[in-house]
Amino acid sequence: MAFESFTDFLDMGGHGLYVWLCYGLGLVTILLSLVLPVQQGKSIKQDLRRRLRREEGSA
Amino acid sequence: MAVKWLPRWFFQLASPRWCYQFIGKLIPWFAAISITLVVAGSIWGLAFAPADYQQGNSFRIIYLHVPAAILAQSFYMLMAIAGAIGLIWKMKVADMVAKSVAPIGASLAVLALLTGAIWGKPTWGSWWVWDARLTSMLVLLFLYLGVIALNSAIESETTAAQATAVLALVGLVNIPIIKYSVEWWNTLHQPATFKLTEKPAMPAEMWMPLLVMVIGFYTIFGLALMLRLRNEILVRERRASWVKELLSVKA
Repeated sequence: MAFESFTDFLDMGGHGLYVWLCYGLGLVTILLSLVLPVQQGKSIKQDLRRRLRREEGSA
Repeated sequence: MAVKWLPRWFFQLASPRWCYQFIGKLIPWFAAISITLVVAGSIWGLAFAPADYQQGNSFRIIYLHVPAAILAQSFYMLMAIAGAIGLIWKMKVADMVAKSVAPIGASLAVLALLTGAIWGKPTWGSWWVWDARLTSMLVLLFLYLGVIALNSAIESETTAAQATAVLALVGLVNIPIIKYSVEWWNTLHQPATFKLTEKPAMPAEMWMPLLVMVIGFYTIFGLALMLRLRNEILVRERRASWVKELLSVKA
């Protein structure tokens, strides 16, 4: 462990704001890059299924 | 004429259906491995790696900044190579890879630039300098944005793929400029941590978490690419019978 206490860890030797801001941005980037395509995939499948049902209905 | 020296899986990858199913099998493995690596690498880098003797604890930004910058460049090369394969062999899956990787690469370029700016403030005393490394990274972001804009501006999928492939290939010239910018010009930016020919200038307890994070980033954003690629395959193959079967079975 490079820190004496948890407060030390949060403070990052006075650079806490910079370090945690970066890691926050990193977390947001990772989450968005995974969640967005999953949601998009769901709506694509829904949309295609609806279209498929309409085609079968009219045939 | 069949190309004999290429392995069979290379041609199987060209089939959207095979690709969709194969990626589907890889996704759970990539999810488990990538999340483990990124969580472990972050904790290691944030809490256990020793502080830098000059930069103190702000240097811990390296564990995000370097992987993001490496990935932004690797994904750009992937986009250009996939685009070239699509141009030369008319491989649809390659075009889809090139299209799917662009938004991920762009977000990684943004992450590299933002973490760099936040790291620059306490280290150089400035958020931004018009230095060769920073400027060439900004050009990389603009190239990504150009590819994304071109993709959405052209209606025909084939024409859009051809146009973006040419743009991506021309922009490839920027990659060696980014790499050598810290050697060719006077710069504030520090040189590369990892070199193929030399040992890292940092002690092992500093570069090992960085290596874990780089591999973690490759796998986690590889996962993001797989998810996007599968969506792209579904949309473009929506009229194929296998997609209709797939959707009606699971309904």
